[in-house]
Amino acid sequence: MSDVVEKTLTALPSLLSLDSQPGTGKLSGTSKLGNLIRNIAELTSKHDEEKLIKKELAAIKEHVSSPNTTLRQMKEIMVRMIYCEMLGYEASFGYIHAIKLAQQGSLLEKRVGYLAVSLFLNESHELLLLLVNTVLKDLQSTNLIEVCMALTVTSQIFPKDMIPAVLPLVEDKLQHSKEIIRRKAVLALYKFYLIAPNQVQHIHDKFRKALCDKDPDVMAASLHIYGQMIKENPEGYKDLTESFVTILKQVVGGKLPVEFNYHSVPAPWLQIQLLRILALLGKDDQSTSELMYDVLDESVRRAEINHNMTYAILFECVKTVYTIYPKSDLLEKAAKCIGKFVLSPKINLKYLGLKALTYVIQQDPNLALQHQMTIIECLDHSDPIVKRETLELLYRITNGQNVTVIVEKMLDFLRQSKDEYTTIDLVGKVAELAEKYPFTDNNEWFIQTMNIVLSVGGDVMQPDIPNNFLRLLAEGFENETEDHQLRLHAVNSYLSLLEKDNVHVPQRFLQVISWVLGEYFFLKAETKPEVVLDKLGRLLDQSFVTSETKGWIIAAITKLSSHTVCPNTVAEVAQKYTTSLDTVLRQHAFELKHLNEDRDLIRRVLPLDASCEDIEVDTSLSFLDGFVADALGRGAAPYKPHHQRQEELSQEKALNYEPYGLSLPVSLSSCSITGRQSPTGLSLSSGLSGNSTEMGPKGGSNSLKLEGVRNVWGKEGYLPQKETTAEGTLQVLPGHEGPGTEESAMENASLQPDLASPTIPEEDQEKQQLASSLFVGLGSHNTLCLMGKSENTSQRFRRKTNKTQESSNASEKFSDSSISSRSTVESLMDNNILENTSSEQETELTTLNQSSNQASEFQDSTTPDGLLNGGEREKQDMSSDPSGQAPSLFTGGDMVILQPSCAAAENEQPPATRPPPSLPTELSQLAHSGVQGLCSNESIAVSACKIYKDDSVVLVVFITNKSTSAIKDIIVRFAPTELKVSESTSHGFPLLEGQNTANCQCSVLMEKPCAQGALVGSIAYQAEPEKSSELQFSLAFALADFIRPLTISTEEYGKLWLAFSNDVKQNLKLLSDAKDPLTATLNALKETLQLHIVDIIGTEGIVACQLLPAIPCLLHCRINTGMLAVWLRSPSPDLPDCLLYQCQKAIQKL
Amino acid sequence: MMRFMLLFSRQGKLRLQKWYTPTSERDKKKLVRELMQMVLARKPKMCSFLEWRDLKIVYKRYASLYFCCAVEEQDNELITLEVIHRFVELLDKYFGSVCELDIIFNFEKAYFILDEFLMGGEIQDTSKKSVLKAIEQADLLQEEDESPRSVLEEMGLA
Repeated sequence: MSDVVEKTLTALPSLLSLDSQPGTGKLSGTSKLGNLIRNIAELTSKHDEEKLIKKELAAIKEHVSSPNTTLRQMKEIMVRMIYCEMLGYEASFGYIHAIKLAQQGSLLEKRVGYLAVSLFLNESHELLLLLVNTVLKDLQSTNLIEVCMALTVTSQIFPKDMIPAVLPLVEDKLQHSKEIIRRKAVLALYKFYLIAPNQVQHIHDKFRKALCDKDPDVMAASLHIYGQMIKENPEGYKDLTESFVTILKQVVGGKLPVEFNYHSVPAPWLQIQLLRILALLGKDDQSTSELMYDVLDESVRRAEINHNMTYAILFECVKTVYTIYPKSDLLEKAAKCIGKFVLSPKINLKYLGLKALTYVIQQDPNLALQHQMTIIECLDHSDPIVKRETLELLYRITNGQNVTVIVEKMLDFLRQSKDEYTTIDLVGKVAELAEKYPFTDNNEWFIQTMNIVLSVGGDVMQPDIPNNFLRLLAEGFENETEDHQLRLHAVNSYLSLLEKDNVHVPQRFLQVISWVLGEYFFLKAETKPEVVLDKLGRLLDQSFVTSETKGWIIAAITKLSSHTVCPNTVAEVAQKYTTSLDTVLRQHAFELKHLNEDRDLIRRVLPLDASCEDIEVDTSLSFLDGFVADALGRGAAPYKPHHQRQEELSQEKALNYEPYGLSLPVSLSSCSITGRQSPTGLSLSSGLSGNSTEMGPKGGSNSLKLEGVRNVWGKEGYLPQKETTAEGTLQVLPGHEGPGTEESAMENASLQPDLASPTIPEEDQEKQQLASSLFVGLGSHNTLCLMGKSENTSQRFRRKTNKTQESSNASEKFSDSSISSRSTVESLMDNNILENTSSEQETELTTLNQSSNQASEFQDSTTPDGLLNGGEREKQDMSSDPSGQAPSLFTGGDMVILQPSCAAAENEQPPATRPPPSLPTELSQLAHSGVQGLCSNESIAVSACKIYKDDSVVLVVFITNKSTSAIKDIIVRFAPTELKVSESTSHGFPLLEGQNTANCQCSVLMEKPCAQGALVGSIAYQAEPEKSSELQFSLAFALADFIRPLTISTEEYGKLWLAFSNDVKQNLKLLSDAKDPLTATLNALKETLQLHIVDIIGTEGIVACQLLPAIPCLLHCRINTGMLAVWLRSPSPDLPDCLLYQCQKAIQKL
Repeated sequence: MMRFMLLFSRQGKLRLQKWYTPTSERDKKKLVRELMQMVLARKPKMCSFLEWRDLKIVYKRYASLYFCCAVEEQDNELITLEVIHRFVELLDKYFGSVCELDIIFNFEKAYFILDEFLMGGEIQDTSKKSVLKAIEQADLLQEEDESPRSVLEEMGLA
């Protein structure tokens, strides 16, 4: 095929070039696009263009919606639409047609369709969902070009949550016979890796295969992935260093086909990518760096042809040489290279030379001396970019002697620069230098420099610059008199600045000025505070001063006023701003007013020069206790923390607007409040209202109650149970309590008796009013009668309170029992499923499950089930172990496969009986995996067993001496990976007798959540004297190994849910064949992944688990059009992703 | 990794834009406007590299057309310049001594070439021949595909 293509290609260019001559062929006459472009070109005003395009778009709109438009016309229209969009006019009506074109078109139309889609839609566009099927279809196509197009589009706009849909197909393409497909697949996976690294974690092995691909382009593509992975974790890929070095050697040596040359430089892109990777690998690592010295030397030597490309390679070489562990002669050569750049007449190279100098200057300051003349020249270069880079270089070599000059240069540049980004950056640097060397010249220098910084940096600079400045000024330096001088200078310069009329300084600067004047005005004895006050007062009236700054100014005025004899200005300011609309200003003004009236207080509160004195702060606000108690006593609602208020807010929303369970936080929080606690809550709140005892037993109260419940539990939930709860215990409820007050009343449980009394006066009042209007003019007798009555009421009231308390207790009890009974139901269900599926289950998981069952507190009441569970497991053990001996250790299928391979062949001993005696008895009781062989040779065998404790994963490593003679000095070491081995990372055994087994234990933790991690280690030993050997081993751990159930209540879940910020949403497959698909799926997940099902409410289920040691992860699952919509949240950013992946895998297996 | 590539004329007309990281329409417009202003204001003898926000801008002018790329901090400016040059070479080979008009009137072709040359912001094919081979392969199918269809269509239309 390629031959045919080749031949046609030779003929093609002439055809194409003929066609594409401007003004001829395709461009002329008939093309509508051509017409459009020409028409636009003829227009002179933007307005006309707008009119024309609007017209054009209207025509297009009509066209695309017409059913008669053929796909071919559509293609042409699409191109015009792309053109309009490029000009900045929106054509969103056509997006859907772009997708259609990609879907339905033949190749050429499809190509335009895909192009339009990738240009129109960005990753968050909802229409992209419609593209997934098309891409899936094209990925499976037999037509290479279709596959290429699909791969290209996936790499461009695929959003994170759609990646799983195409991932398997893209993965398959890694084995494709055509290198172009393999290459594109690798690049698509690279893109996926960037977006969602966890989703491609399982294909790392295949990346290695791509790295070894025979096609250089595929290999080069895989380097992008490796570059990224190594950047994130250089330790994990040190073993590849030699491979990268070898590849680079071959490239540099010209071993690649000549078509990879670019202007006679062999594969420069590949070289640069490799150099970059080597830099990452060799950083701070001498032994790895040593591997690459040779090839770097060769790269530098070979890159001598005078072409931009070789300079690009040289530049990268220099960077690498200076990044890795240094070697003197390489550094020398690199320094020479930098010289070539710096001295080059070409501006681009000179610029990069400066950059390289900046990069290496801290390691090698002499280099700057060598090139000082060039640097000076560049400082006055006409190109601001070069100037800017020179300043950057100078910034790095600043010291006490040169700081004034350098800062002066930087300030010069700042005054001319208009770019905000540069300003922010440079201002920060100047401030940093000024603060570092405040007394280089004299005190004035520091203040003056900072004045320029503050006025030029204005309001764009980092806010910590003024803050740091003020802190420095206040805290001072070592020398008391110098500090004094510094502050005096500041005061002087600010006063003279305010002297001028119409000063327009940035707000931040004004704030600094007012703080300094307020704090240190007294240093300038010759100026009276009244004068300063006056200036500040005038500033307040300026219109450009923002209210934030006004706050600072008023604060300064307050400080000043404490040392004057109450001039009019102060009173005026206070008066004026007590009516300000800005609450902060008003607050300031009132403070000022009150302080001004109390001279003693103001002196005490605002002593002179005390900004750095420590102020004792009562963080518990204990002085408010009396006030709070009083308020509570009078019936105020207790304080609620922010999250709780939010929760209630969302709950109110749920009750007011949302029908049922649209999203989790809503339904969840409502469930957490009304669902569990409303019985108690409502009964308590009855104590609050208590105005009519007669209303109690009426049906109205029940109906309200039920409404709340129904909202939460849904049609098939636990509604019947709850109904009985409500009816059975809450018969004396008043009817008109809003859901908002329930919570507060409930919280007030302890204060309840006090709460009851304050309501009486109200009641009294009402009755008295009623009485006075009814019995007006009837004399004293009635009053007495009334009094008696009121006492009576209060008594009744008290009684009722007690009663409700009782009933609330009862209801609490009831709900407790309902929980436990439900958990029984749940666990029974578990067991049913267990029984059904146990034959296919991995024993490992069953044991794990059992331990978690024991751990979960709910299971206490279900011991019979637990036993049943255990029995089941043992039966299974028996059947899975072919040797018929069923020691508790050998439960895993792994062992059966792995262990005999080394043992059975060479040993008379039956394989299964060797290690068991060595498993510590206290551990064999716990859930554990099978023993897995890690490595072995003729003399030694290493195997391991994972023990799943509730709070950790313990790895027991067995070392068996297979020979008959003793082995000495055995040391087991673990290398640091994503898994952390706690306590010591090495274990040693001085002597192990022949045919003996020793073991060591260590607990393993997953530091950073990832789907899978390998524990890498080695064992060193001496089988013969003076001859030490070493064996490497590695053991895979899955995230599931570290997941434990998190037993929490629904309320706790609700609170946690709101507190976590990292979330992931995804649809999972539902076990649709089961009767209750949600429960079945969740139980299946629970079994495989050790999750805790908190609650199942109708079509929603909430599940919680934690990653050891204690990173919680919450899952919210909802049935949504035949899928299980899962929403995960956790405080860890990676955990939801990884866990989701585990869930996917678990469901796939079922 | 390349963040985006822009082609614009000396008059400040956008001719091609390719974004390799998700960017909102508003940001795109703002970025394009600011960048064009900055690049167009630079004098011919000035350096081809700019530091702009957290990006490095590499630009080069070919005749009336500016090619402008934004790359990340760790990327190599010189090689980016060569990426631009290689892209121009490809356009030149495909169109046969390319000029701005070719790109204006056949911008979709230019996009196809760019897609074949860069994928996800990384150069995917370092040999010139295979890029054009892939494009022309697709074009070829297009031509074969097109001719019988167009006849039929014209008949149908007539």
